Amino acid sequence: MSRQSNRTTDNKKMNSELFTLTYGALVTQLCKDYENDEEVNKQLDKMGYNIGVRLIEDFLARSSVGRCHDFRETADVIAKVAFKMYLGITPSVTNWSPAGDEFSLILESNPLVDFVELPDNHNTLIYSNLLCGALRGALEMVQMAVDVRFAQDTLRGDNVTEIRMKFIKRIEENLPAGDE
Amino acid sequence: RSLSRPRTEVSLSAFALLFSEIVQYCQSRVYSVSELQGRLADMGRGVGASLLDLLVLREKNGKRETKVLNILLFIKVSVWKSLFGKEADKLEQANDDDKTYYIIEKEPLVNAFISVPKENSTLNCAAFTAGMVEAFLTHSGFPAKVTAHWHKGTTLMIKFDEAVIAR
Repeated sequence: MSRQSNRTTDNKKMNSELFTLTYGALVTQLCKDYENDEEVNKQLDKMGYNIGVRLIEDFLARSSVGRCHDFRETADVIAKVAFKMYLGITPSVTNWSPAGDEFSLILESNPLVDFVELPDNHNTLIYSNLLCGALRGALEMVQMAVDVRFAQDTLRGDNVTEIRMKFIKRIEENLPAGDE
Repeated sequence: RSLSRPRTEVSLSAFALLFSEIVQYCQSRVYSVSELQGRLADMGRGVGASLLDLLVLREKNGKRETKVLNILLFIKVSVWKSLFGKEADKLEQANDDDKTYYIIEKEPLVNAFISVPKENSTLNCAAFTAGMVEAFLTHSGFPAKVTAHWHKGTTLMIKFDEAVIAR
């Protein structure tokens, strides 16, 4: 997003229902366009990734968050600042792996899924998969390769919605070969 | 989840980015501008149909409108306010045709972040909003066709079916 549009929309808010239903319309359309849920999940992840790549710039410009020193700090910023800023919710951060390279975001409510019920014939659809793509894309732009997936989802009958994030590696900013 | 719960809000950037992905996605699967607008309108129709009941319940205590002018005003004022935070700029009736009305919006939200390429200058992403309004009217018992045009900003042209005006 360009600098100009940042200025004019400075942290503006909007009705979440329009957002929710627009997302719903997208998922519905994808389900019509693709033969199976797997393809839809993939497409949602891809679109999320594209969003994440652009979102991170918007985020860094608006929040005065500096560089995160470790993955724990990253987790905090995602949950307390980013989710709050964009979706108006604050997930809790839990289930740290002993090595500190894996954690879970627990979403009490997910603005993407208000009014949504999954029909039985879409039981492998990961409805909010766009979020995973967005998280992955945004973190990749700050040199972190992270694996993001839904571990539990209230839409599929689980008690909570859980996004599991696993740190894979730091992306080195390497120069293209022979370009030194 | 309560339907009358205090409104929750999300960031406009989140919506803008989502919408832009939607436009790009639709674009990747069509061959012409009119097809693209058709797709956007289809998605808008889906959204409009779901929103109607919610808004009627919340803003009007579940009472439906039966008069053309009232439903149009409801859309211009309440619907626009709750979706876009402001009333639509203007509501007009065509001079020469009693079936045709216009809702005029100088700077529609959905176009705020879309730059229209020159070779496709007829494209108007407000087709999405047009689809929404069309679903609203049709599901309220006023069958109509709604299309988006570039005229004094963006104009949504509403053409009611004969039967709606005749009664």
